[in-house]
Amino acid sequence: MKLTGAQALIKSLEMEQVEVMFGLPGGAILPVYDPIIDSPIRHILVRHEQGAGHMAEGYAHVTGRPGVAMVTSGPAATNIVTPLCDAYMDSIPMVCITGQVPSTAIGSDAFQECDTTGITMSVTKHNWLITDAQDIPMIVRQAFHIATTGRPGPVLVDIPKDISNTMMDWYWPTDADVAAELPGYKPNTKGHPRMIREAARLILESHRPVIYAGGGILKARAAETLKELVELTGIHVVTTLMARGAFPDRHPLCLGMPGMHGNYSAVTAMQQSDLLIALGSRFDDRVTGKVGAFAPDAKIIHVDIDPAELGKVRRPDVPIVGDCRLVIEELVKVVRDLMASGTEAPDRTAWKSTISGWQERYPLTYEQSLDGDSLKPQFVLEQLRDSTPDDTIVVSGVGQHQMWTSQYWKFDHPYTWVNSGGLGTMGFAVPAAIGAKVGRPDKMVWAVDGDGCFQMTAQELVTASSERIPVKIAILNNAYLGMVRQWQEMFYEERYSEVYLSPDLPDYVKWAEAMGCVGFRVESPEEVLPTIEKANAIDDRPVVIDFRTDSREKVYPMVPAGSSNDDIVVDPSQGEGGR
Amino acid sequence: MSGHHTLSVLVENKAGVLARVAQLFSRRGYNIYSLAVAPTDDDRFSRITIVVDVESSPLEQITKQLFKLINVVKISELAPDQAVERELMLLTVTASPDARSQVIELVQVFNGTIVDVGHDQLTVMLAGQPVKLDDFEDLMRAYGIVELQRTGRVALPRLERQAPRLRSVKGKAG
Repeated sequence: MKLTGAQALIKSLEMEQVEVMFGLPGGAILPVYDPIIDSPIRHILVRHEQGAGHMAEGYAHVTGRPGVAMVTSGPAATNIVTPLCDAYMDSIPMVCITGQVPSTAIGSDAFQECDTTGITMSVTKHNWLITDAQDIPMIVRQAFHIATTGRPGPVLVDIPKDISNTMMDWYWPTDADVAAELPGYKPNTKGHPRMIREAARLILESHRPVIYAGGGILKARAAETLKELVELTGIHVVTTLMARGAFPDRHPLCLGMPGMHGNYSAVTAMQQSDLLIALGSRFDDRVTGKVGAFAPDAKIIHVDIDPAELGKVRRPDVPIVGDCRLVIEELVKVVRDLMASGTEAPDRTAWKSTISGWQERYPLTYEQSLDGDSLKPQFVLEQLRDSTPDDTIVVSGVGQHQMWTSQYWKFDHPYTWVNSGGLGTMGFAVPAAIGAKVGRPDKMVWAVDGDGCFQMTAQELVTASSERIPVKIAILNNAYLGMVRQWQEMFYEERYSEVYLSPDLPDYVKWAEAMGCVGFRVESPEEVLPTIEKANAIDDRPVVIDFRTDSREKVYPMVPAGSSNDDIVVDPSQGEGGR
Repeated sequence: MSGHHTLSVLVENKAGVLARVAQLFSRRGYNIYSLAVAPTDDDRFSRITIVVDVESSPLEQITKQLFKLINVVKISELAPDQAVERELMLLTVTASPDARSQVIELVQVFNGTIVDVGHDQLTVMLAGQPVKLDDFEDLMRAYGIVELQRTGRVALPRLERQAPRLRSVKGKAG
């Protein structure tokens, strides 16, 4: 069968069971947009290429399937660099297809030419510039294989316009063909049995163990297995920003989020533990604080599918390269066998009561709004949490609102929390929520966004309206770049430099309406619940609620940047934190 | 040369692979001391010999990150005492008539070859262990080095010294 390169590309995507792609056409990708008309793949037309990338990420987050974005050359390709980098940092499987100027024009500074593969080399797991139409099915198969196996990540396929128009003989490569083409790619998924036995031994010897669960648990679909390990061993769990929902917040052994704005008990339990069991986590600086002072007495078991993570920040006592689910399954077996043969863990009653003491003394807290006071963002989040279904998907941007959402939401199901962790991309929430809703139309999707973030990508609500994707956006509008304001207040002697945004410029309600959404404004505590209920009832278009919140509110607890986690600062009402 | 290690990296012979390797080094903050690239006997693969400045980062992390590149097939670390290392140098030196015979003598001592002769300059080719090239370079400095180009080192693992039979006996005993 003869096909054009463009037809082969779309057919390859169909063969990879792509059901939806996010994109925006342009000159160099024009030939590929023609066969889309006849394809069963749903194409969602975005308003900015960055939106396409974040939508693909949101889709991948909640479905576990690779998100697909397609844009043209030059500026379109550079616009999608941010989502690629975001997906790279957070290990999100994503396949990005970019148009390129004709291969004869490459290197001539042609119109809308840029060195896409060069620019995206460091923000993709791999990328390809197609030089022969005959290679298209093989490269697309490799792209999906690499994006979704090992440590997942984004890949990019750059296709010159003349290649799209060239005829090729259709074929579909087998798994063996793909493996033969990738002699240097063999992810190791099974953990080393001796290391797993060593890990089990350490677990049963430890007095103050903590499980440090990261995003790798979700990537490996290991939430159930993790729960089995926790219930077998009775060890407390912290879930990082990327792992919220990987272990239920309402479980008595869940300590919540660790790190710079983590729960006091999560941060301090890690600090004082004698064994950290790191599962798919990467000792990010936002978790460890000052690395030299992080969990000084702890031995480390580190499980990760990426060998380069083991020892990158902290040298593990027991390094295990492998897929989290497979490794934890083995670990559960070995621990169970050891316990059956009479090995007992030491008495951990004192440790457990120490932890519950911290939980009682330093819960998350804020000063409640009184009638007539300005609205507290935490109050809005509690109301939203309590008046939405248990399995609501929550998406956030980056900043104070993100930390409050992660802190105050109760995540009881995996894949219900979508945010930009590693890169910290402001403007992530709106497009990612749209992608999430496309992936899980059966679930309610709420984005919690900041006013600064919202202004970066809000135009994608036009996409949501025209495609009938009923996402709901709660803007915590404090009229500031809130997190920067917080740092300027705390560390720059309240010298506020370029952080004020104004509460009513733009008018968020009018803006929402102009984009085909329903817009609401909430200024006082008693309006919060009724407005959320109104928003929940709308299912035929997007809704935006402009919550006018207290700009002075700060995120606590906080470990100041560069400090030891021992120096955690708690809410002022709780007095001095620390040991 | 303390703090330097030689990595022999077998890569797929595809467009852009060298860029990926070089870019990884700069992106992760590692320093390349020298670099040599050439195809191997199998034209699907090339070998990149990289001498890295390890003080900039632990070698283990460099090799792990390198190995994550899809086109990297194999990495061997070649410790100096377990590898044969060679480098080639072209050097143009000032050799006025009264100094010329001294220069030629030194070239002969180092087993170099004079590859070009000018009115009062000579171009010398010298191949050997990098340290030998360093010595020659030092000696030539006195005469006035006009231009100098070194290739960066290439290396292969040192071969087993013991006869196969002896080795297998030892293997069984040990």
